[in-house]
Amino acid sequence: MADDVTTSSSVAASPASSSPQTGPAILPPRVAGPARAGRRKTGVASWRKRAEIAFFVAPALVLFFMFVVWPIITAVQISMFKWKGIGPMVDFVGLANYVSVLQNSLFTDAIVHNFIIVIASIVIQLPLGLGIALLLNRKMWGQGLLRTLIFVPYVLAEVVAGVVWRQLLVPRYGGIDAIARALHIPTPEQGFLGTPDLALATVIFVLTWKYLGLAVILFLAGLQGVPEDLYEAAQLDGASWWQVQRKITVPLLGPTVRTWAFLSMIGALQVFDMVWILTGGGPVNRTSTMATFLIYQGTKSQQFGIASAASVILFVIALVLAVLYQQTILRRDTHPDQPRRKKKVK
Amino acid sequence: MSAPTLTPAATATPVRRSRRFTMKPSTAVVYFIALIVVGFTLGPVIYGVLSGFRTNAQIAENPAGFPSPFVFFNYTGVLTNPSFWRYALNSTGIAVITTALVVICGVMAAYPLARYEFKYREGVFMVFVVGLLFPASVAIIPLFILITQNFHLGNTWIGIALPQAAFALPTTVVILRPFLQALPKELEEAAQLDGASRIGFFWRILLPLSGPGMVTVGVLAFVGSWNAYLLPLLLLGPQNKTLPLGVADFSSEHGSDTAGVFAFTSLAMIPALVFFLAMQKRIVNGLQGAVKG
Repeated sequence: MADDVTTSSSVAASPASSSPQTGPAILPPRVAGPARAGRRKTGVASWRKRAEIAFFVAPALVLFFMFVVWPIITAVQISMFKWKGIGPMVDFVGLANYVSVLQNSLFTDAIVHNFIIVIASIVIQLPLGLGIALLLNRKMWGQGLLRTLIFVPYVLAEVVAGVVWRQLLVPRYGGIDAIARALHIPTPEQGFLGTPDLALATVIFVLTWKYLGLAVILFLAGLQGVPEDLYEAAQLDGASWWQVQRKITVPLLGPTVRTWAFLSMIGALQVFDMVWILTGGGPVNRTSTMATFLIYQGTKSQQFGIASAASVILFVIALVLAVLYQQTILRRDTHPDQPRRKKKVK
Repeated sequence: MSAPTLTPAATATPVRRSRRFTMKPSTAVVYFIALIVVGFTLGPVIYGVLSGFRTNAQIAENPAGFPSPFVFFNYTGVLTNPSFWRYALNSTGIAVITTALVVICGVMAAYPLARYEFKYREGVFMVFVVGLLFPASVAIIPLFILITQNFHLGNTWIGIALPQAAFALPTTVVILRPFLQALPKELEEAAQLDGASRIGFFWRILLPLSGPGMVTVGVLAFVGSWNAYLLPLLLLGPQNKTLPLGVADFSSEHGSDTAGVFAFTSLAMIPALVFFLAMQKRIVNGLQGAVKG
């Protein structure tokens, strides 16, 4: 038993064993001495180890497979049937649901809206968040309080934030219109959320309000990882504050920014609560997203096959984008990062 | 917004060797911008809270005014409304069960993934990493069927908590694994020398030491459950609604009672805000961990 543990720990510490898939770690060829001495015992020990691993991992895996993996597989299955949710699924239609979803302009519009939200979130929140984070990244009075206050919208439920904003944006009687009136700024007759051409932009505005704080907090956290000596060295070389930010701080913030953009992208593809509360996808479906489309199909029209097909398409889009992002952009971070991480593990 | 204010400050300062503070945009500028940002983020929240202290007549007369006089009946009305307390109780119960499930299953799974060597380790870990991509909305309809028809858990706390915990697991494992990996190897060897088995090591040494990590993932799971809308919307009946559902329903049922809606919404915010203020460091650390992980 003790032998087994020491061998496995020495394997973990040696950087050469970075590919654990190559073989069972119980009998590593490199540390032959102790392993050979304890070979008679390793049968029992490895069996015991396997049981331990199973014991520890099983609850999580069961939960995960039962309530995440299995439902997703079921979604694929339902998506091939015409089914109203009652009785057995008998009406097999193959890929017809997919065809009908992809030909449905309501859904393709929803995809477009999702992508507009993805791009707008990054294009708006990245410069704003970065600018605010750079400005706040200094010793100043009330720093902790400021960070807390900026983060407040992120912690509120989307529903709660959405209800407040919906009240604020009520045409004529809402707070926003009142302020605009006082400033003699004209506002749309049907309100910002009721005017088809403005609704999506308004939703994006509210989403920016909700999630800008997250960007700022993450960027600030990333900035704390930039070593102080770099600033001092740049100072000695006569760099201005602006040059330091552009040439040193922002590039070093790269990994944080790229990961934030990834999270933001996945979130924007899945956005549901805020849209459902603010507009329900309207007016005339101008703010619908893939998620609102599929919930509408599933709950209001009981078209479970259609809804499931839409959900599978949403999942595939998210997966493809995630893999592409991983391969093209995040790869830069993970590869040079590996030696550093190893050191930390030791 | 910030770029134009930055550039003049930078160009105005000639490049010279000096302390770095002279190069920065002036403190006054920074405070001014910070004030605008805070106004933007807090404005709607403060507006909601203040409007709860007004009458509907006041709001109709001037939607953007201050309460004059302050009235309290909107808030007392909500606080004496038994539905509000039932929603709050449901939210709490569901969040507590979700958090407990996530933390227990998560730390157990993270332990072998962090500190054992075995063949499928990275494979199992990848399952959870890919799980980060699964939005609940994708699985929502099968989940609805699974929970209500197969398990007959529709309209129960546990019926919501189980899927919520399952969807929170990936984040939890991804945050906890590096945390457990960072605990020094020597601890394990010392425990081994003292005759502790690996399960003994887990119970007596690893669990107490990973307290901060577990609090972080616990807070994230709690806040996620507290704010959740979609799953409760589909699974919970009228008696078991959570606060977000209550807020949404109240605002559509009492649409004309603007002040009442604001009072209800403001009170529904409080638990999340208080919890956040108490746990702010942990939440931020956890998100940071997720980004780095």
